[in-house]
Amino acid sequence: MERLDELEAQSIFILREAFARLNKLALLWSLGKDSNVMIWLARKAFFGRVPFPAMHVDTGKKFPEMYAFRDRYAKEWGLDFIAEECPPIDAVDPSLPPAARSAARKTEGLKRALAKHGFDGVIAGIRRDEEPTRAKERVFSPRGAEGIWDVRDQPPEFWNHFNASPPPGAHLRIHPILHWTEADIWAYTRRENIPIIPLYLSQNGKRYRSLGDMDITFPVVSDATSIDEIIAELDSTKVPERSGRAMDHESEDAFERLRTAGYL
Amino acid sequence: MNVLVSPQAITNLQERQATRIVIVGDVDHGKSTLIGRLLYETGSLPDGKFESLKAMSARRGMPFEWSFLLDALQTERDQGITIDTSQIRFRTALRDFVLIDAPGHIEFLRNMITGAAQADAALLLIDAIEGVREQTRRHGYLLHLLGIRQAAVVINKMDKVGYSPERYREIADEIGAYLGALDIEPVAIVPISAREGDGITVKTPAIGWHEGPTVAEALDLFSVAPPLRDLDLRLPVQAVYKFDDRRIIAGRIESGRIAVGDEIVVQPGNKVARVKSIESWPVAREALAPSSLEAGRSVGVTLDRELFIERGQIIAPVSAPSPIVNGLRARVFWLHPTPLAAGTPVVLRSGTAEIRGHVSAIVEALDPADLQSAGVEAIGQNRIGEIDIVLARPAALDTFANNPLTGRFAIEVEGRIAGGGIAVELKPVARGNRARDAGELQSLAATLLPRLKEQTAAERLATLRQSIDGRIVFTTSFGIEDQAILHMIAKIGLDIDVVTLDTGRLFPQTYDLWAETERHFGLRIKAFYPRHDQLEALVERQGINGFYESREARQACCFVRKVEPLDRALANSEAWITGLRADQSANRGDMALISADKAHGLVKLSPLFDWSRDDVVAFIAANGIPVNALHDKGFASIGCAPCTRALRPGEPERAGRWWWEDETKKECGLHPGR
Repeated sequence: MERLDELEAQSIFILREAFARLNKLALLWSLGKDSNVMIWLARKAFFGRVPFPAMHVDTGKKFPEMYAFRDRYAKEWGLDFIAEECPPIDAVDPSLPPAARSAARKTEGLKRALAKHGFDGVIAGIRRDEEPTRAKERVFSPRGAEGIWDVRDQPPEFWNHFNASPPPGAHLRIHPILHWTEADIWAYTRRENIPIIPLYLSQNGKRYRSLGDMDITFPVVSDATSIDEIIAELDSTKVPERSGRAMDHESEDAFERLRTAGYL
Repeated sequence: MNVLVSPQAITNLQERQATRIVIVGDVDHGKSTLIGRLLYETGSLPDGKFESLKAMSARRGMPFEWSFLLDALQTERDQGITIDTSQIRFRTALRDFVLIDAPGHIEFLRNMITGAAQADAALLLIDAIEGVREQTRRHGYLLHLLGIRQAAVVINKMDKVGYSPERYREIADEIGAYLGALDIEPVAIVPISAREGDGITVKTPAIGWHEGPTVAEALDLFSVAPPLRDLDLRLPVQAVYKFDDRRIIAGRIESGRIAVGDEIVVQPGNKVARVKSIESWPVAREALAPSSLEAGRSVGVTLDRELFIERGQIIAPVSAPSPIVNGLRARVFWLHPTPLAAGTPVVLRSGTAEIRGHVSAIVEALDPADLQSAGVEAIGQNRIGEIDIVLARPAALDTFANNPLTGRFAIEVEGRIAGGGIAVELKPVARGNRARDAGELQSLAATLLPRLKEQTAAERLATLRQSIDGRIVFTTSFGIEDQAILHMIAKIGLDIDVVTLDTGRLFPQTYDLWAETERHFGLRIKAFYPRHDQLEALVERQGINGFYESREARQACCFVRKVEPLDRALANSEAWITGLRADQSANRGDMALISADKAHGLVKLSPLFDWSRDDVVAFIAANGIPVNALHDKGFASIGCAPCTRALRPGEPERAGRWWWEDETKKECGLHPGR
């Protein structure tokens, strides 16, 4: 079995488990390469129609190309699309470093969106190879009330049996592409012909490897102008994928603090 | 963590599968350090990582700490202990690897299992000073339970024992013997010092006496566990989708393969059909889609017949179905604070099925330190043992030896996974219930028939009870025949389960009689109900009184409200007693006193088979048995309220059932003709 087929089969299995076992699901669509692959996988899992809403928790600070992509494909892919706004920055923990505080707006926005719609499960496109605390994630990951991630007491999870009963007031994060790598995402995007935001391709010697808010996301040096060239570049780079995301690097545990408080 | 790359460019990235290797062993034996060193020496660390680890170590006033690479949580670094499992990738010229770090501390055994269960192979790490510890053995035993057969042993901290070959040999012999008893043959036993860099990728002079491979070389001896395509098909049903006019059965093929045209059986329930199509999306690619798929793939199939199929059932070849069992012996690991003891209710998750049952016996709790028995009282948290489980209803299961994927399960307590195990021995459903073949049933019926013919109805009941070991079920609908039979069962005190099917549409008078009957005989009658999901779907489809629309609609209603619940009522039984009489209607004329019911896999006895209605009425009157008040109002055979009316003078007694339908086809399906 080819590697991409195996990755796809596992992700589809996870998406179908989530749909079978939770009451009210939403897929978090951040508009980036990972969540676009995830939507594609969901369409495959359910034979063309994503049977739950795709929700964009919008900071209002994304790149114009991202909004254009969103508006086009929400229609073209026939998504049940929901946009939810994040609260103003004043509503966010002032003790966080500036970029992390900005990122934490999204956590707050997500929290409010969950409460508003009563979702008991959200599907998120994080991957283990992105970042060390994400490497410790479960596929079905419980979040307490307030969205808190209790990293010291994660439930056992093995043999594709998932803990799918969040306690009252809590919810589950479901991670169908946790086992993929950045290179896998691109190889699959190429194989399946999944549309991408052009910001991922090199312009004037730079490209974005990871897309977030405009003010705290920076491009990396790159000449890759096609997906083939991105894959070749990843084959030889030692620069971490999230190096252009400022909020990860402000202090030793900046990202861990964001995540335990409910960030993706 | 970032993708890590060795200098040699690899072009066939998409074809390469990563071998997943878990590193296990006792706390402080140096697992995280080994991983850090391995990545460093293979040039696999991302830019800036080495420097950031240095800074993290300095901040805590520690010498350089490799383990901080994977101990991503602040608490882990502050306490110097791995709490949860993590994964990191690296590559050699030939291979891709995922290294899984598993916590060694006993308190985090659930996390060790979470990590190790995903692995193709294991490195078992042992501290050269401390030697083989209880936790080392426990982890070794868990590898065995998790089905991991590829392993290498790494003896760390050789620098602390002066790189002594004697000490190495001593530990190697001890662990080799232990793993051998568990059917694990290590590919190598490697002496190393992770801190000093001996034996990781280079055989340094300090361990020049070692003849086997380095750790990196040992990794190359492992392979990805292949999908089980050569075993029989097992496709657990995840869901049935009806997004359009297709009815797609979705699931992942755990083993074997499936092709269009295959004759399959859906278990439990033994419904047979052929695979009509394999569905895929995007549809444009369908022309290219294969007409068969094999183990590992998530698929969607349609069948040539509309069957009631639900999540949790399993699709298997007609030629090689799963055993249907109502119990099993299992080897388990237990992670819950409350010990597992005889009587503990459990939910097993096997495939997509949720199987309820309880522990009937602790065969033995094992002390993993020496594999000796630690008693038969209970299995405590983080312990292992062998138990017997009795299931609440039959389930399709394999033994682990026959199929490692469908022969294993997780155990859930209050919605959270609390343990897991493998099936070592199955208890197939007792003869009867489809395990007994038609010929056997026929001959049992034929053997009993001559005796029964000569006996009274009460004697017939007693004879049946004496002739059959297993469960006997009497289904009552509170008709006069049923009341007479119940009187006989109660009077003799026969061990026969009395059940009724409450369709939800019975007459109020029938419910009154039910209550009165329980009072009269001093017993509780077990009720079986329609499945709420099926009933909700039926009413949505045909409306609340849709059964008047057509015979098909009426039969669909009968199926959901009576036939399907009857299947459950008769599960695990060997004989079925009914109140049928030969002269009741044209359709029942050929019913026998005793017959083989092939559909339910049991023998069916109708002790009043040769009685007339008058005989029954006389028996009821003579014994003061309560009957339905509706009989006084002209009702004879009483079923559901909307489908039963009173008789007109001179009409046959079942004329009041489904009166609007053709006289010759009026059965609900409970008693199919032969």
